[in-house]
Amino acid sequence: MHTLLRADWRKAFVTAVMFAVSILFLLPFVWMLITSFKVEKDVFVFPIQWIPREWNAIENYKEVWFGDYPFYLYYWNSIKVSLLTTAISALVSALAAYGFSKIQFAAGKWLFLIVLFTYMIPGQAILIPQFILYRNIGLFDNHFGLIVLGSFSVLGTFMLRQFFMGVHQEFIESAKIDGGSHPRIFWSIALPLVKPAVATYAILRFIWTWNDYQNPLIFLRTDGLFTIPLAMQKFTSLSGEFYSLIMAAAVSAIFPLLIVFIIGQKSVIEGIALGGVKG
Amino acid sequence: MARTMKSMPPPGLREAGTSRRRGFGRSLRRGEQLWGMVFISPMLIGVMILVLFPIIATLVLGFADWNFVQGWDGIRWVGLQNFRSLLEDDIFLKSIRNNMIFLLTVPIYMIISMALAILIDRHVYMKGYFKVAYFMPYISNIVAVAVVWQVLFQPSYGPINEVLRSIGIANPPKWIADPNYALVSIMMISVWISIGFNLIIYIAGLQSIPKDLYEAAEIDGANGWTKFRRITLPLLSPTSFFLLVTGIISTFKVFDIIAVMTQGGPIGSTTMMVWYLYDTAFVNLKVGYASSIAAVLFGFVMLITLGQWAAQKKWVNY
Repeated sequence: MHTLLRADWRKAFVTAVMFAVSILFLLPFVWMLITSFKVEKDVFVFPIQWIPREWNAIENYKEVWFGDYPFYLYYWNSIKVSLLTTAISALVSALAAYGFSKIQFAAGKWLFLIVLFTYMIPGQAILIPQFILYRNIGLFDNHFGLIVLGSFSVLGTFMLRQFFMGVHQEFIESAKIDGGSHPRIFWSIALPLVKPAVATYAILRFIWTWNDYQNPLIFLRTDGLFTIPLAMQKFTSLSGEFYSLIMAAAVSAIFPLLIVFIIGQKSVIEGIALGGVKG
Repeated sequence: MARTMKSMPPPGLREAGTSRRRGFGRSLRRGEQLWGMVFISPMLIGVMILVLFPIIATLVLGFADWNFVQGWDGIRWVGLQNFRSLLEDDIFLKSIRNNMIFLLTVPIYMIISMALAILIDRHVYMKGYFKVAYFMPYISNIVAVAVVWQVLFQPSYGPINEVLRSIGIANPPKWIADPNYALVSIMMISVWISIGFNLIIYIAGLQSIPKDLYEAAEIDGANGWTKFRRITLPLLSPTSFFLLVTGIISTFKVFDIIAVMTQGGPIGSTTMMVWYLYDTAFVNLKVGYASSIAAVLFGFVMLITLGQWAAQKKWVNY
């Protein structure tokens, strides 16, 4: 009893210290949020005003969302690109994962090795030929091209393949004996069984696509097509010294991710832990 | 990894499935072949066109002198000339050097992550809160994060230097504006971002260590440090090895944060391989030369990955 109590106190102490450390991780976000509510002249007042003396929140966000460089447009672009990429990528990956794990055919093993090999290729080593290809087949500077680019991620195939392998082959075999074809088995038996894994992958893919900066930077030119990260950077270079506005834009850029993350927190963390994946 | 292996059906079961299938005759097997191809072809075609073909093209273009604006006729084959020039290219050598310095971030964030993971896994209340708090920088939009840090690091009136001055440091560094501090500043932010990811992986690794090992050690009178050195550290080694390799590979791919915060400057102090590749290809339009940089990048990543596969057998027992 006595030692147990001491252990509790120690745990409380460690929690307090860790809490202090965690503040370090959150402070830049807190600063960003508070600054986005301030009038510009108060941004760099020192000591830092953690509660704004003068509020300018509505004006700042109105300027960011509906001003000269309207964020609602870039939001729409990002939502469109991220959702479509996520949906197509999840479907393509699930189909391939099923094909590689539940259908036994000779060529499958070899083709899987090829896919495995492409996983090792760093994306940046193939940017130039992709760029040339896109210029020549008309996929450059449009959303469709960007969506296609993000839809064939090998990572999803690997992740989902692991889960499809957990579906017992006997299920598939007996469904086949009952006259089920592979598309039917895939859609009504196998896919529902791995639904949590597909959801996890989808959430991760959404976050990565939303945050992707490199592909839009290279494959988009027209301002009106920009996604949030590009718009964010453009906005920063245009607003120059208006840091309260820049922070309102930054808050806007991060906000949807926060929502997705809070909703899917458990599956995001589990997915990362299980797949050991790095965007 | 260990968990996913367990979820596979036992080998006997799989063989039973295969042998039963054999009785159905040839047409069925041909049917399987066809369906197999149907299911994997969307992924396969996409990967062929968007990854496999481009990597071959990269390796070929590395031997050419070509500028985007010249059109196809402008291609001149120059053999190894590009690679020879790279060896004498000061900016490229500086990029490689910066990439090597950047490698230091990997052990730093690994050590911090491991310590935080052990504390979160065993010694705190509110685990959920801590996972989310430390994970925030990792999921956040890197452009937004980079912009926030740019302002925080502002040399003359940014909050960080104001704080430093207020505690008596008269001449705080100019951070990303100072060639001597720029790379270190970027590395600090990179550590801050990477901890979340590594932490989650370490917590998963810790949870796979059987609790009774610690109980047995406690009965033998082992103290915390001994338990860490004799149980935690060795049993986490596969996790550490995995994080080390993925971490090293990711340092070769650093781009976003450089592009947003410093664009390789001031005076080349933060230029990195991928930034130089981007600058050469898409700003200076020298396709051939940039492709040879891409080939070198590919070579580095390939070497590390193959090295990992070779070493894995000795290191990791799933």
